[in-house]
Amino acid sequence: MRSGHGNSLRLMPVLFIAPALLFFVVYVILPIFQSFYISFHEWDGLGEMEWVGFGHYAYLLDDDRFYTSLKNNLLWLALYMLAVPAGLFIALYLNQTVRGIRLYKSMFFFPFVISQIVVGLIFSWFYNPSFGVVGHVFEFFGASPPSILGDERYVTYGIIFAGLWPQIAYCMILYLTGLNNVAPEQIEAGRLDGAKGWRLLWHVVLPQLWPATFLAIVVTVIGALRSFDMIAIMTQGGPYGSSNVLSYYMFETALSEYGFEMGYGSAIAVVLFLIMLCFIVAFLWKMYQDEKDWR
Amino acid sequence: MFPRPIEQAPKHRRLIYQLLLPVSLFIWLLPLLAIFMTSIRSAKDINTGNVFGWPSSFEMFANYSGVFLRSNAGQYFLNSIWITIPTVAVSISLACLAGYALAIYRFRWSMPLFFLFIAGNFVPFQILMVPVRDLSVQTGLYNTVTGLVLFHAAFQTGFCTLFMRNFIRALPFELIESARIDGVKEWRIFWFLVLPLVRPAIAALSVLIFTFVWNDYFWATVLTQGEASKPITAGLNALNGQFVSNWHLVSAAAILAAMPPVIMFFLMQKHFIAGLTLGATKG
Repeated sequence: MRSGHGNSLRLMPVLFIAPALLFFVVYVILPIFQSFYISFHEWDGLGEMEWVGFGHYAYLLDDDRFYTSLKNNLLWLALYMLAVPAGLFIALYLNQTVRGIRLYKSMFFFPFVISQIVVGLIFSWFYNPSFGVVGHVFEFFGASPPSILGDERYVTYGIIFAGLWPQIAYCMILYLTGLNNVAPEQIEAGRLDGAKGWRLLWHVVLPQLWPATFLAIVVTVIGALRSFDMIAIMTQGGPYGSSNVLSYYMFETALSEYGFEMGYGSAIAVVLFLIMLCFIVAFLWKMYQDEKDWR
Repeated sequence: MFPRPIEQAPKHRRLIYQLLLPVSLFIWLLPLLAIFMTSIRSAKDINTGNVFGWPSSFEMFANYSGVFLRSNAGQYFLNSIWITIPTVAVSISLACLAGYALAIYRFRWSMPLFFLFIAGNFVPFQILMVPVRDLSVQTGLYNTVTGLVLFHAAFQTGFCTLFMRNFIRALPFELIESARIDGVKEWRIFWFLVLPLVRPAIAALSVLIFTFVWNDYFWATVLTQGEASKPITAGLNALNGQFVSNWHLVSAAAILAAMPPVIMFFLMQKHFIAGLTLGATKG
């Protein structure tokens, strides 16, 4: 039993938790509600707020740039999910005990440690038609290089591809540690039953890897919806807003060079938050079930 | 072990595997290698399009020192350090206390509070942006290193608390129980008994939070303006504008910015991975 007795045991948790809670409420919890409030107003960040009710939300429905961003967000979510199987694939590939494998594993993990700004810069240069690698490869084959980041058709795919690089590394490391914890007896038992290859992976290994898969899905969903840095450094949402996502569109609107539109920006943020909230509720539900089992 | 250990495979397959490893690593890290090669080339190579060939001259020293001499990179680096280190210290201290409370005491609000900390972790930054920026402006913390530290510390406290709480919960509770029976005061149990035991968790969180905060770009652009408090990530964007098409300088700056987390990772690899997998790993 974890219950205590006496006044000190009742007061202690409050004292222990108060500093962290205070910080967290001021900088994280309250701002969420404030953003909802601000989204119902017209506000330039300095002067008086002016109540507009659901005006901004009504405006969103007719905003093409909003739809482009939303569509790109869905594209990010869908394609980013490739990081999970790709990470599993690399983890299986590296799950051996040959000499030097530890170094290989950490080198494969490398892209995740680097700032997304740096990854974005690397790929901007990589894709550059006149200086970069892609340009030279095309010229080598006698073709004129495409401007991946300058073409509305390719730009979002180009950025997502760059984003997948660190994300695959992240999923890989989750699976590598997961594979460490897989019970060897069960795999041997599976092998005795004649299962191998894909069947063994699907029926015996993957179920045991479920905690790693869950964590990989969680971090990939968050990563996809948080994508901001790469877009900021690679295209700033361009060309013509075609690579925008909600997170960048919100930033661009709220701190626009043509005057701050904090209210409209907040409305976009609220939409993004509500999308994320669906996932947050699902994750919390799952974690809550685990906690109940643990007690 | 899955897949079947390669030692049990026929000799030729073992050989193929061992040959394939360096090749696949080379392809995987190609973007990084390419940018490193660019960072040691001369401006002439960049302009004549010598991307894959042998550098016409090695300008590593000139390029890397050029980054510091021709821009404010030195200042950006210092700012990054002044933002990152205090954030790590504050968020982990707060999380040790809060994690202890959530793990050891059973009180009515313990579960909801725990879930509050977890949920806060997942929110998109944009929903916090306008109010946090406004708060910083109102309190005079806008465009200061302190302002960034306070926000980062508060936000990272959520993740740290989740991690600490789970770590402390996995400790043997009897230790604390018997200390209580011996009449040891609560804060002394925390300080002398629990804190020494959570050192691995502190190490894991330190490298992880260091990396997260060092690599932050969003808040650096939202809460700063100008040179005085800009960290290296935001600085890199400015450098990118300043050194247009001088890819040898831009790539040298990018590599410099990436160095500190990379060094941290290699020094404390085990802790880093333990942190990322929420402590699921053993050894």
